[in-house]
Amino acid sequence: MAQEIRNYTMNFGPQHPAAHGVLRLVLEMDGETIVRADPHVGLLHRGTEKLAESKPFNQSIGYMDRLDYVSMMCNEHAYVRAIENLLGIEAPERAQYIRTMFDEITRILNHLMWVGSNALDLGAMAVFLYAFREREELMDVYEAVSGARMHAAYYRPGGVYRDLPGQMSQYRESPWHKGKDLKRLNSWREGSMLDFLDAFTDDFPKKVDEYEELLTGNRIWKQRTVGIGVVSPEQAQAWGMTGAMLRGSGIAWDLRKKQPYAKYAEMDFDIPVGVQGDCYDRYLVRVEEMRQSNRIIKQCVKWLKANPGPVMVENYKVAPPKREEMKESMEALIHHFKLFTEGYGVPAGETYAAVEAPKGEFGCYLVSDGANKPFRVHLRAPGFAHLSSIDAIVRGHLLADVVAMIGTYDLVFGEVDR
Amino acid sequence: MTDTQKTSLAERLAARFGDTLKISVVRNEATAELAAADLLAVATALRDEPGFRFTELVDLCGVDYLGYGQAEWDTTDVTSTGFSRGVEGEAVGRFDWADRPRDVHRPRRFASVMHLLSIEHNQRLRLRVFCEDDSLPLVPSVCDIWPGVNWFERESFDLYGIIYDGHPDLRRILTDYGFVGHPFRKDFPLIGNVEVRYDAEQKRVVYEPVTSVVPRVGVPRVIRDDADLMQAKAEAADDWRRN
Repeated sequence: MAQEIRNYTMNFGPQHPAAHGVLRLVLEMDGETIVRADPHVGLLHRGTEKLAESKPFNQSIGYMDRLDYVSMMCNEHAYVRAIENLLGIEAPERAQYIRTMFDEITRILNHLMWVGSNALDLGAMAVFLYAFREREELMDVYEAVSGARMHAAYYRPGGVYRDLPGQMSQYRESPWHKGKDLKRLNSWREGSMLDFLDAFTDDFPKKVDEYEELLTGNRIWKQRTVGIGVVSPEQAQAWGMTGAMLRGSGIAWDLRKKQPYAKYAEMDFDIPVGVQGDCYDRYLVRVEEMRQSNRIIKQCVKWLKANPGPVMVENYKVAPPKREEMKESMEALIHHFKLFTEGYGVPAGETYAAVEAPKGEFGCYLVSDGANKPFRVHLRAPGFAHLSSIDAIVRGHLLADVVAMIGTYDLVFGEVDR
Repeated sequence: MTDTQKTSLAERLAARFGDTLKISVVRNEATAELAAADLLAVATALRDEPGFRFTELVDLCGVDYLGYGQAEWDTTDVTSTGFSRGVEGEAVGRFDWADRPRDVHRPRRFASVMHLLSIEHNQRLRLRVFCEDDSLPLVPSVCDIWPGVNWFERESFDLYGIIYDGHPDLRRILTDYGFVGHPFRKDFPLIGNVEVRYDAEQKRVVYEPVTSVVPRVGVPRVIRDDADLMQAKAEAADDWRRN
């Protein structure tokens, strides 16, 4: 009996747990094999860049958190750096160290989210629970410093919003936290935030060992990732890949080393690089990045403990004057009023500022015409470039590998759709 | 390699491409402006020639220069009635579609801006191509040179209506299915043109003209000639918009 075999089209997402948010993937399948993948993005498009054009510079910092909403402060860093470039100001040294530290905290936050959800996508439930345990600790650090667990709006042009807090919030007794458990949870939280981070960084490598214990040698994990989604170094460059996607393919490119910003030039850390360029290598790269980030945080904590100082420039055209000063000085009051009603004018010009965000190069192209609002902001999101390559990478793979591939891209649709 | 370290990128670009590129370097960022007709040849050379090796195109975006340098608040004219309250003037938050700014006689409104990265030489370069015709902004696509630019060009087409000639698949990407217009253009209202709601009678989602919000500007756009903007004047000396 002759049978007609036809390719068929399958809709993956936008409501699918492995679509990492709102990815709609139209897959043309030949049996289980992908013939063509056509991602439809933009379901989370909010027009961030256009909104930024209608507001004074500082008011858009909060939008940056909401782009890649698992690596909040890194996005802010790119935007703030672009403004600082045009203004020709530089944050004080302590602020630079704080930014470096929080960029790395953010990197760990992001990679924990990634390792947990990617493992979950590929069938390993436990890692997710472990990863969120440590994520919670770092979220508390975010909250301690900015008042918000995620959308911090902590970086400002000229520095950071305020200095590090002298104490950490503690758990209260509740049906869920009591007795020994409560004591253990609060034992790190007796001192300042830096003491807490000190204890965290001492402990964290052991936690990374735990994740690795669950995955690195795991036969099923390897079967799902080794040799899957191989990206050659040439391909990676042609598709504009950055971050772990590029390093996984063996290219030792990291903006923190190659075009250092903040205080990365003073930090001692290594850049992990993959060999095969497959999903497994990228997993190894990201796990090692967590360990390196931990090292950087430790160095920052040490410096920050020893060196108090200002965290914001003294330029009142850009940064608000102190409250006390406003009680005495007319000039300070005027500055405060002008800053919060009108903002500051940024000299005409254009700049591109990029940071090594956890997902890759997050860039901010800023055009100013001298006004108090940006003329054009373009945010270069790493995930956008990465996802565009999915058709080329995933062809010939099986359907289940698409999930592995989406996971390894480390997609967050807040930044892809903007 | 030694050659690339001895001379600056701007010098090498000038030596190789001559008048094809208008090069400026501000704050260590090199910008090269070129005509659309030269783009493909220059881009191929920039990618392949050992002195440049810009193997990655990191970013491409459209820019709409309509209203560049215009404020929403005139602060220089003080009359007997005092300052204006900053409620006049055309700006992105001010108009709806019916009274959008239309009378545009500024030449070359749209530009496509690319950011290249050379991993080998650790250098960046910005390329800017202005579209000659405002009513049909056209730029050659560099998709064949850097395949990764595909989506960036689609985005620029979607948001600005810049047409990338030779693009294999120039569809909208970020806006809704069936969207009309190019929302990031400066004459596209911030509040948009249509809003959606669920109609209980028709039992479906309907599109209607925007009525639930009105155009509004919280903080007017101001350009001041303060002393702290003198720096801007100095930088404008190598103004890339003048040519």
